[in-house]
Amino acid sequence: MNANVTLNWPSLNWIDVGAAIDVPYQGARRVDTDLGAIAVFRTVDNEYYAVMDKCPHKGGPLSEGIVHGRHIACPLHNWSFSLQTGEAVGADAGKGCTPTVPLKIENERIFLGMR
Amino acid sequence: MDNKQRIVVIGAGMAGGRIVEEILKRDSSSFDISIIGAEACATYDRIQLSPVLAGEKSFDDIVTHSDAWYDANGVKTHFGYWVQSIDRVAKQVVLHDGQAIGYDHLILATGSDPIRLPLPGSDLQGVVAFRDLHDVDLMTRAANAGGEAVVIGGGLLGLEAAYGLAKRGMKSTVIHLVDVLMERQLDEAAGRLLEKALLERGVISVLSAQSEAIVGETHVEGLKLKDGRVIPASLLVMAVGIRPHVEPAKSAGLTVERGIVVDDQMRTSDPSIFAVGECVQHRGACYGLVAPIWDMCRTLADVLTGKNPDAAYYGSELATRLKVSGVDLYSAGQFNGGEGCEDIVFRDPGRGVYKRVVVKDNKLVGTVLFGEAADGAWYFDLIKKGETIADIRDTLIFGQAVTEALAGVDPNAAVAAWPDDTEVCGCNGVTKGTVVEAICGGADNLDKVRGCTKASASCGSCTGIVEQLLKVTLGDAFKAQTGPKPMCKCTEHGHQHVRKAIIEQGLKTIPDVMQAMKWTTPDGCSSCRPALNYYLLCAWPREYQDDPRSRFVNERNHANIQKDGTYSVVPRMWGGVTSAKELRAIADVCDKFDVPMVKVTGGQRLDLFGIKKADLPAVWADLNAAGMVSGHAYAKALRTVKTCVGSEWCRFGTQDSTGLGIKLEQDTWGSWMPHKFKMAVSGCPRNCAEATIKDFGIVCVDSGYELHVGGNAGIHLRGTDLLCKVATEAEARDYSMAFVQLYREDAWYLERTAPWIERVGLEFVKTQLFDEETRADLKARFLESQAVFQVDPWAEHAPKSEPAKVFSPLADLREGTSQDHITETA
Ligand SMILES: Cc1cc2nc3c(=O)[nH]c(=O)nc-3n(C[C@H](O)[C@H](O)[C@H](O)COP(=O)(O)OP(=O)(O)OC[C@H]3O[C@@H](n4cnc5c(N)ncnc54)[C@H](O)[C@@H]3O)c2cc1C
Ligand code: SF4
Ligand code: FES
Repeated sequence: MNANVTLNWPSLNWIDVGAAIDVPYQGARRVDTDLGAIAVFRTVDNEYYAVMDKCPHKGGPLSEGIVHGRHIACPLHNWSFSLQTGEAVGADAGKGCTPTVPLKIENERIFLGMR
Repeated sequence: MDNKQRIVVIGAGMAGGRIVEEILKRDSSSFDISIIGAEACATYDRIQLSPVLAGEKSFDDIVTHSDAWYDANGVKTHFGYWVQSIDRVAKQVVLHDGQAIGYDHLILATGSDPIRLPLPGSDLQGVVAFRDLHDVDLMTRAANAGGEAVVIGGGLLGLEAAYGLAKRGMKSTVIHLVDVLMERQLDEAAGRLLEKALLERGVISVLSAQSEAIVGETHVEGLKLKDGRVIPASLLVMAVGIRPHVEPAKSAGLTVERGIVVDDQMRTSDPSIFAVGECVQHRGACYGLVAPIWDMCRTLADVLTGKNPDAAYYGSELATRLKVSGVDLYSAGQFNGGEGCEDIVFRDPGRGVYKRVVVKDNKLVGTVLFGEAADGAWYFDLIKKGETIADIRDTLIFGQAVTEALAGVDPNAAVAAWPDDTEVCGCNGVTKGTVVEAICGGADNLDKVRGCTKASASCGSCTGIVEQLLKVTLGDAFKAQTGPKPMCKCTEHGHQHVRKAIIEQGLKTIPDVMQAMKWTTPDGCSSCRPALNYYLLCAWPREYQDDPRSRFVNERNHANIQKDGTYSVVPRMWGGVTSAKELRAIADVCDKFDVPMVKVTGGQRLDLFGIKKADLPAVWADLNAAGMVSGHAYAKALRTVKTCVGSEWCRFGTQDSTGLGIKLEQDTWGSWMPHKFKMAVSGCPRNCAEATIKDFGIVCVDSGYELHVGGNAGIHLRGTDLLCKVATEAEARDYSMAFVQLYREDAWYLERTAPWIERVGLEFVKTQLFDEETRADLKARFLESQAVFQVDPWAEHAPKSEPAKVFSPLADLREGTSQDHITETA
């Protein structure tokens, strides 16, 4: 699962944000937090990832994009990002990064790692 | 005899039998061994219960350690006995009948128990698990009585149970919670192929289905699902997972978490007690397959016999093979990758083969093979070895034989060396000799070879080989054929080719297309998926199931996303006409949802801006209640029909342009298109509705209606071409529908009518539409599709039920917001 931590959180508190099954395949659900919205994704291979729900280009809600492989295409201008690293990929590689959020699945529940 | 050490094994399953055998193999004289097993029979190969159920093997075939074998090796057996407790102080185990057996070393091999879902009705007769011989016996007897079987759980075990029951003549259905079978072992592509292969063998899969209750009086009669469906069943098998059987270990006070905790030498928290098999938890992992058991037993036997007191077990890589006759399926390692992994995908639709290998840091880390799994062991070996595969990467996906034969050799050379009678194109039975002959005879590019030999002209999977033959035969004279521009990076095929293949090969789902056309990514990308979704729904309006995951946000949420992430909503106003009632409803929605701006659009509609996603279902519901439907202002579909007032009010008007506009809109609304589509009707050549910059425009004149096509006021301004003149409204409507359908069937996704007409030529459009029969056919196909798709997406989604749920956040963790549903863990 997503072990890559780019937000600088000193110690993690795992918070249950809902049932794994409530995130649709190749889709996403949003989690509102005081740090901003987080997008929780589920890939075609049934992997879960979480990133901040804000495209580094012009702030598009990544949770509304198309999930393909381990990537998300932003709904506003179609930049693609790796769900694992948050980095822009493909034609827009190197242009931006959305922070990833630690995530784990336990007993079919989704936990986000928060401060 | 007396100074022999006493070893007692609890559990005479696969691990129990194996550990005894491994110990004896190393040292057959120093130990006095007893084995206790609750099952009243000899040790058998549990994984072969599936073929026994399917009637492909008998029990005698699967016995691994018979009573006679234990006798011959001096092992004392207590079969049919249950260990009640372990007395660690007195070092003895107590059986259910009270007899005690002392030990120096105790080995737990108690396996696991099947999980039973706590569904209402789960204690009815006819509800069984799939774990031991007793279960197989019950299932076989139920099958002999005929009827219907339902299996809950679409994992390895569930599918084998369902297949076995189908083979024994039952109508067999698998209910699976997620929407891919064996999702822990398979990616979606392989999952779909498996679904199909099982269906051919009589097993129906019901995916994304939650079981709610088992119904019946005393005996099971059916399974009720959350969505209300009841599937009749005279036998219900639960195959939803296993749990390590830890009871005796736990009550003896050993450290137990999910399984019995052991160290790298299989030792539990008591140094004279060991554990092997499925009951074990090693380095945090519990296993449900046999491969780890063999590793564990070898280690423990080395340690116990002193053969290698430092032996250690470090955990096992896992591989799975499905035991359903004729279905070749293998999965191993990190088959769906992880960080920094790359996929190499191979698809051969002709032979129903799908292979995916996952490479990380130049090492093989996982694989899924469907249809051709002979190389599974070879890949698995590469995975376990963890050596670099950099030098065989190019050919890795083609398997062991090809890779080893080609190691270091130019791939073209291999093709050059093929004998002339090697078949190149399986679809059309074309040999290498035929292709080379054609090339020497002047066919110097792919299209020409296709034209005169038919090689690579059907499914296209041999295109690469034909190109290699061109290269080998022509040398420098061959310039690689670029062909039509590929749709995207996931495929080498252009839009045209894909559309054609969808119809000709009868491809009906996105995974089918990807499989048949050899997509190089597991699930495409944001360019090809929306296009494929459109092509499929256009080709098979009645059969295709729309895929919302392959639609852009606007179409998925039935509203326009704006730069700040809010949405705008446009109710349909037929021909630009509205009423006090509609305006009042719109005004109410604006008040209720704090709509910051309402704007009149260029297409004569009202656009409500700044609506939050979570409010969308409620906004639609309110607008729907006032009789309004979605304006599809967000969709690649018919947007608006702009009209002027025409003969009704205008002193110049020649015909009822408003009325005709409304009719056109009622004919065509809701139809999905390659791109947005706009129409207009002007009442006279003054053209107040600007009909000559629309995709389809009508200018009314005294003698009838001028029909215009291919106008666009977008980035490149293009005036319409005059298509023809017709005399009646009815003809005007027929032509509009036929034109729309022609555009829908012929244009590429995201190609508007203007560039499309420039590409195909106005003549093409005229020839199609002026032929009466073709025009009628186009109209008929259009109406066929409208019968399915002319539905209001708002009405479908407005009810605040299940689907509406996804419009609100999964959770809200902000300060001061309710967190009832959230439990915090340390
Ligand atoms: C139908 C089926 C198909 C399978 N297919 C495959 C496959 O294709 N590939 C694969 O790798 N694996 C497969 N498996 C899994 C494989 O069979 C198990 O991993 C393996 O049998 C585990 O061995 P074990 O000895 O740990 O447990 P078991 O074989 O379950 O043996 C445990 C034994 O201990 C006995 N026992 C438990 N508690 C007590 C007690 N207190 N007193 C006395 N006796 C006790 C039980 O009665 C049982 O006989 C399959 C399993 C099933 C059921
Ligand atoms: S197009 Fe002709 S009929 Fe229509 S409003 Fe203008 S002038 Fe009147
Ligand atoms: S805002 Fe995401 S691509 Fe522009």
